Amino acid sequence: MSTGQEDFLAVRLYRQPVSRLWWLRRPTYLLFILRELSSVFVAWFVAYLLVLVYAIGDGESSYQRFLDRSANPVVIAVNAVAFGFVVLHAITFFQAAPTTTVVRLRGKRLPSAALAAPIFAAWAIVSAFLIWLVVLA
Amino acid sequence: MKGPKPSVEPFVWLGFSAGGMVSALLVPVLLFLFGVAIPLGWLESPEYDHVLAVARHPLTRLVLLGLCVLSLIHFAHRFRFTLIDGLQLRRYDGVIALGTYGLAAVGSVLAGWVLLFMV
Repeated sequence: MSTGQEDFLAVRLYRQPVSRLWWLRRPTYLLFILRELSSVFVAWFVAYLLVLVYAIGDGESSYQRFLDRSANPVVIAVNAVAFGFVVLHAITFFQAAPTTTVVRLRGKRLPSAALAAPIFAAWAIVSAFLIWLVVLA
Repeated sequence: MKGPKPSVEPFVWLGFSAGGMVSALLVPVLLFLFGVAIPLGWLESPEYDHVLAVARHPLTRLVLLGLCVLSLIHFAHRFRFTLIDGLQLRRYDGVIALGTYGLAAVGSVLAGWVLLFMV
């Protein structure tokens, strides 16, 4: 934005420098940055999944080796932390979805709560189905 | 009068959003199963023949490929902005964007290779 007056006065807008650690100042800022960092653990999961699928394709002994390595305490610890982050990602994403997605019914915007509930229900159903498919079927 | 420059931004955002949704639905339970519950022995590890059959099913390949590609776009977009806003590195956005989207592209190719040819 530039006005004639600014040009005349040759004023440069002052931008207050922001600390690189600005997100440590308030709990809400910290939660924001943790939510953003969840993306790293989503990527970690993709890598972990591809190693698992590769091992399955490679044969029974490779699959067994994957299971043994996944039981390593360090790997379990990383996955436990990653699990916490992806749950944070899921909850915050499902909470934001009704705000970012506008659904109109008979010309009226559906309230956020009406959209959040079915998304959480779908999450529960999908999760239950996958547990059944992997370990119970 | 010139209009705004055409931008890929809306498509990247669509990928970010779709990836956020599918990863939110699928990743927590899968990571819980294969990263925590099975390794800790809370649940018995599935038989090899069973996981092989599930992994080879065309629907599984399709869903996992979509999950991997969209999740990687989601990661790239979000992590790019974590770096440039969170750590105030906007000056280096060129390199950061290249690195994050490049990683997502390489990962997507790798996912296609594993899911379509290696299992």
